[in-house]
Amino acid sequence: MAENQFFIDSARLSEKALNKKHRLEQDPSSRTNHMEYMPGMEQISPEIRERVLAEMNAYDSSKYTDADVRRALQHETCSVEDFKALLSPAAAPYLEEMAVRAKEETGKHFGNTVYLFTPLYIANYCENYCIYCGFNCYNDIVRKKLSMEEIKKEMQVIADSGIEEILILTGESRGQSDVKYIGEACKLARNYFRNVGLEIYPVNTDEYRYLHECGADYVTVFQETYDADKYETLHLMGHKRVFPYRFEAQERAIRGGMRGVGFSALLGLADFRKDALASALHVYYLQRKYPHAEYSLSCPRLRPIINNDKINPLDVHEKELCQVLCAYRIFLPYVGITVSSREQKHFRDGIVKIAATKVSAGVSTGIGDHESKYTGKEDAEAGDEQFEISDGRSFDQMYTDMAGEGLQPVLNDYVYV
Amino acid sequence: MTNDTFTLGGKEFHSRFILGSGKYSMELIKAAVENAGAEIITLAVRRTNTKKNENILDYIPENVTLLPNTSGARTAEEAVRIARMAREIGCGDFVKIEIMRDSKYLLPDNEETVKATEILAKEGFVVLPYMYPDLYAARALADAGAAAVMPLASPIGSNKGLATREFIQILIDEIDLPIIVDAGIGRPSQACEAMEMGAAAIMANTAIATAGDIPRMAGAFKDAIEAGRNAYLAGLGRVLERGASASDPLTGFLRD
Repeated sequence: MAENQFFIDSARLSEKALNKKHRLEQDPSSRTNHMEYMPGMEQISPEIRERVLAEMNAYDSSKYTDADVRRALQHETCSVEDFKALLSPAAAPYLEEMAVRAKEETGKHFGNTVYLFTPLYIANYCENYCIYCGFNCYNDIVRKKLSMEEIKKEMQVIADSGIEEILILTGESRGQSDVKYIGEACKLARNYFRNVGLEIYPVNTDEYRYLHECGADYVTVFQETYDADKYETLHLMGHKRVFPYRFEAQERAIRGGMRGVGFSALLGLADFRKDALASALHVYYLQRKYPHAEYSLSCPRLRPIINNDKINPLDVHEKELCQVLCAYRIFLPYVGITVSSREQKHFRDGIVKIAATKVSAGVSTGIGDHESKYTGKEDAEAGDEQFEISDGRSFDQMYTDMAGEGLQPVLNDYVYV
Repeated sequence: MTNDTFTLGGKEFHSRFILGSGKYSMELIKAAVENAGAEIITLAVRRTNTKKNENILDYIPENVTLLPNTSGARTAEEAVRIARMAREIGCGDFVKIEIMRDSKYLLPDNEETVKATEILAKEGFVVLPYMYPDLYAARALADAGAAAVMPLASPIGSNKGLATREFIQILIDEIDLPIIVDAGIGRPSQACEAMEMGAAAIMANTAIATAGDIPRMAGAFKDAIEAGRNAYLAGLGRVLERGASASDPLTGFLRD
């Protein structure tokens, strides 16, 4: 399989830092055990993780045939086996049939609605070395953490645009962005928005409970890849390196009282079919254990970052991405599916009519630059972006475009109780 | 036929078609309401109050009774809170209780629904509980002060029709409240059948929202519901289940 070239050395790193970086990159024995919890990390039952990983490891997508795919499409309820067939290369010629079926399922559960939201990055400090990410601690970018005053200003600008659902993000640094800081941001957000979600580093159950009390009700954690061995080679340092603690984040969030949880693999890091299978099974098994919670999936592909414009999603082209999204919809008809601004306009406009139920609008992945992006006012002090976006449509534009596609844009479908 | 009305919370309704408002665009809601001849329209409290853009309330004709629902509630307590919010934002006293603790099938939790019904009925709400058609639960809802009972025909959004037919018939026969069949009705013929059985009204949303021509499908449901109601009032003729009846009656030997 082709690989991305991720390693970039900044000229501003000290020799000592460079040496450490190179050792981490080249010598696996210099890295910690990624399957071992660090002190302070809560451990819960590994049952779901073991089940998902066993099933993923046993999956051989090449053994599925034309007949398996046709059978899967005929079944009224899509079994796990059927889902595996739909994710396989054998399903490629059936993409249109899959799309028709996916559209039908989306219609049953969501009608003609499409939800709009926007992300707000409040800090980009990070303690991890994840080699594909623009925020990684060795990447030479402008770092920033917004003060409460700055967050207020950003939220005001976003709220003025009409957006009612916000997703608060941080880089993964407990040191710079502790739970208290994020909690305060959630409290502020409750004044401006009806729905507050979080995409932050994984925390313990009691911390999720605290953040829920501060006003957040949805938690998204990307596992990036479910292939633990591959994961080890991509996340070389920091808390994020601990694979099982990250895997169990959604379960802790539900136990902490969060209403809904989001999942995702970052396609292009490993075998995307296996990652798609594991992402969906992660949802499937958790739903059986916690049927009251709401579940959603995203399907991001690798994007270029600052200082490395060559990063790409390898073999996951739009057709493959569409296949994965249709398979998700057929297997898990009740879950929300989000398609981010990593994808281009034509793809997002098309996929919301088939399988996706939620799109972001008015997106910035930088820190503190909403005012300049929304109003044109210059702001020299913004922090750098996590990745390059492909669809820069404003909220108004997205609203109009979605309505133009015959869909009903929904800004909020939630009440905090 | 003009005298054939039914009453909920002291209000008289001529139309027996309750229209859902989720899942389709607001411009179409008005046309759908008109074609459906609907006098009651549901709306999710969690979808109201949209700040900057269209407010759903602006699209609903004034003579139509709003039936806010508590979707999003997972417990009786949450449903009660959402119902009170609905009253505060001016949705009136009608409330449809929806309590789901399963995000996959969205099946209602009867036990929690009974609890919420009791609290809200005492607070003066006209309570229409969405429920799984269970006789004991329906009796408990009636005792708790429900204004009607809304059993599901099949899982919400599934368009599968009267999967719970026999159990809905039991509720129609045994419960002295209007039985409004809700959820899962996928086509006008299924709505017609439920009305023939004696249902007081039909609630539908997805079947209309996912139709190619929404206003026209709303009209088709209206006609089907009226046809079913007429058939019920006319008294259905005898249906022979197995062949013709014997020409010599079994009881022909009886003499005095």
